[in-house]
Amino acid sequence: MKEYSTVISGFGGQGVILAGKIIARTGMELGLEVTWLPSYGPEMRGGTANCTAIVSSELIGSPIVDNPSALIAMNPPSLNKFGNVVQQGGLVVSNSALIESPSVNNHVELIEVPLNTIANEIGNTKVINMVALGSWARFTDGIDLDDLMNGMELTLTDLGKEKFVDVNRAALEKGYNFVD
Amino acid sequence: MSNQIASVSKEEKKLVFGKPDALNDEKFSYCPGCHHGIINRLIAEAIDELGIRETTVGTAPVGCSVFLYEWFDIDVVQPAHGRVSAVATGMKRARPDLTVFAYQGDGDFASIGTNNSVHAANRGENITVFFINNTLYGMTGGEMAPTTLIDQKTTTTPGGRKAEDFGYPIKMSEMLSKLDGPTYITRQAVYDVKTIKRAKKAIKKGFRNQLEGKGYSLIEFLSACPINWGLDPVEAIDRIKEEVEQVYPLGDILDRTAGEKE
Amino acid sequence: MGNKQLMRGNEAIAESAIRAGCRNYFAYPITPQAELLQWMATHMPEEDNGTFLQAESEIGAVNMVYGAASTGERAMTSSSSPGISLKQEGISYLAGSDLPAVIVNIMRGGPGLGNIQPAQGDYFQATKGGGHGDYQLLTLAPSTVPEAAQLTYEAFDLADEYRTPVMVLADGMIGQMMEPVELPARKDLNELPSKPWATSGAKNRKPNVIKSFALGGDKLKAMSEERFTKYRVIERKEVRYEEIGVEGPDILVTAFGTVARIVKSTIRLGQEEGINIGLFRPITLWPFPGDRIDELSGKVDTVLTVEMNSGQMVEDIRLSVSKNINTPFYGEMAGCVPTPKGILEEVKKHV
Repeated sequence: MKEYSTVISGFGGQGVILAGKIIARTGMELGLEVTWLPSYGPEMRGGTANCTAIVSSELIGSPIVDNPSALIAMNPPSLNKFGNVVQQGGLVVSNSALIESPSVNNHVELIEVPLNTIANEIGNTKVINMVALGSWARFTDGIDLDDLMNGMELTLTDLGKEKFVDVNRAALEKGYNFVD
Repeated sequence: MSNQIASVSKEEKKLVFGKPDALNDEKFSYCPGCHHGIINRLIAEAIDELGIRETTVGTAPVGCSVFLYEWFDIDVVQPAHGRVSAVATGMKRARPDLTVFAYQGDGDFASIGTNNSVHAANRGENITVFFINNTLYGMTGGEMAPTTLIDQKTTTTPGGRKAEDFGYPIKMSEMLSKLDGPTYITRQAVYDVKTIKRAKKAIKKGFRNQLEGKGYSLIEFLSACPINWGLDPVEAIDRIKEEVEQVYPLGDILDRTAGEKE
Repeated sequence: MGNKQLMRGNEAIAESAIRAGCRNYFAYPITPQAELLQWMATHMPEEDNGTFLQAESEIGAVNMVYGAASTGERAMTSSSSPGISLKQEGISYLAGSDLPAVIVNIMRGGPGLGNIQPAQGDYFQATKGGGHGDYQLLTLAPSTVPEAAQLTYEAFDLADEYRTPVMVLADGMIGQMMEPVELPARKDLNELPSKPWATSGAKNRKPNVIKSFALGGDKLKAMSEERFTKYRVIERKEVRYEEIGVEGPDILVTAFGTVARIVKSTIRLGQEEGINIGLFRPITLWPFPGDRIDELSGKVDTVLTVEMNSGQMVEDIRLSVSKNINTPFYGEMAGCVPTPKGILEEVKKHV
């Protein structure tokens, strides 16, 4: 799998960090090289808390990327910050529940998903990150929904949060199937 | 409706409440429910009311306190972690005409800086020290502070602080009151109108002591850190009232100017 | 996959230290090594006789290490750049008392309070003194999370073998990022080297004294010369480095730590454009692999050094390269991280 980097960004509390860890874990279970790097500075308070998860079949050089393959933007400041640096032909998943008129370069594939609305339908606002991941998986070659489900389950189990596996699974599925 | 209000000319409006001059136009970026914002504002109001904005220099070192220079419209110096009392001493000795205040958290005042804090108090340096006690280290990730309560969970006391491992919450204000050097030591809070009013009085007294050459003033604030306490802002206030105040009671601990006319 | 776990550098370093038989950890909170402290707070007390203590300051912590090490126990402290500055007196004392200890520096932007982003500005501090007096600090520079775990583990053996403090010099990137790690095996505490010199109670033996003080005559000189004899052995036996594509490349790039890792991406980009880039990566910053870089520089016209600082390791490169060739420097200071493309642009200026 060619090196695939994803930046996930949002407010503290939107599950950005966990979503990135799940990508990394999923990749690791598939035998791929993975890195995960959080932003850990004042960005955590400014609405652009973010992390970068990279998966690749080759050794990963730099864990940070100027031009990621994909962006998951959970709130407007995140889209403003990262929307125009995604690679040509890359993917942007934008949270249409909070981001009204997303503006990105027209050389990317823009997918608008109302994350908060879908999460509310499932009955748990905290899973907006999983809905986003589901949509992301739809457009990512090399990682399919089953792989991601597995990665999610393993990650949550390690954190002692098995009881949330089912609702997260539902969220991943809804996100995956939202886009046609 | 709003258009009608907007059309009233500026001269006809009378400003009854606004930002103190000692604060600039930047927005605070403190976490929701943090008390730094309230305390910063009270200090700025005191500076305005005493008319000392242009002759006041603040020092704030590390942690959430470090951002003082972002919103105060006064000169600010940023020393190394813990060294504020020494730096403030240097500043005041070099320029006694300036009003020097220190703004420190628990790590700064009571852990790494204890040595400098004790000696500045002992020498009776003519400065005003604001000590913000939120019972843990906020900026670095919620670690134990010397002021952490027994059984309090922090990221370095995941099972709760145990006295036999890590000692007791340290009472700096009480400790320093045993020295002959300091003039005024008080502990305040800012969680309701009453405490805010008292806190502001204490701040002004701390500044006035300095302006009148009366020596070392220490104002400790019990402050909230909802994010690291894992509480919402209202629960955080309850924690201060129900738990923190039991260990750190509010009120004046030392006042060598008591009895003098204000 | 096997026994790999996804771990942060900070956590992998902490867990490796515990597996290496370290039962004494003293430190003070500072970004970006908070997770190291927190891991130790949770896991060290789970070990028999395991001591975790958050000290009142970094100075307190390094002196607690001095104490624990004197009694013959494996001990460690960790911090980041400004805190490591505070520890310099302690490190000088550890070196001057010939005490084994491990000090981990998760570097950040400086000088002063700086910022909390990754940097490599403490190379001089680690390798050229930092503390006062004549001593050397064995310094290991990992480039990835698994290597950070491995080098921390070995640092304790090196410290004990040579009775000397050892530094693991990482940066905020390594500390914060997660990678799959296979952790080293737990050591059997009964198989750790014995320390007859330690102040562990003078039972059935003459008393031991741990000090760095030697007043009068040539006593201090004798102590120092013995120490430097030890350092000469370390220089002969413990030099480590990694090299990739160093047989006649178009250009040789030298870097340590995270930057070397980034250069590996640059190498790939270079190949796509037909540029053959070699990488020489010192792993021991002291003892510095000067002989080897001198040898390799015989095959190229340019040795480009890339660092996250204002130019520190490049001085050692220039001192080591005897041939009169081009030894340029490319760096990003103040917590900025060079990009693979940025480094390639720099490379192109010289080929």
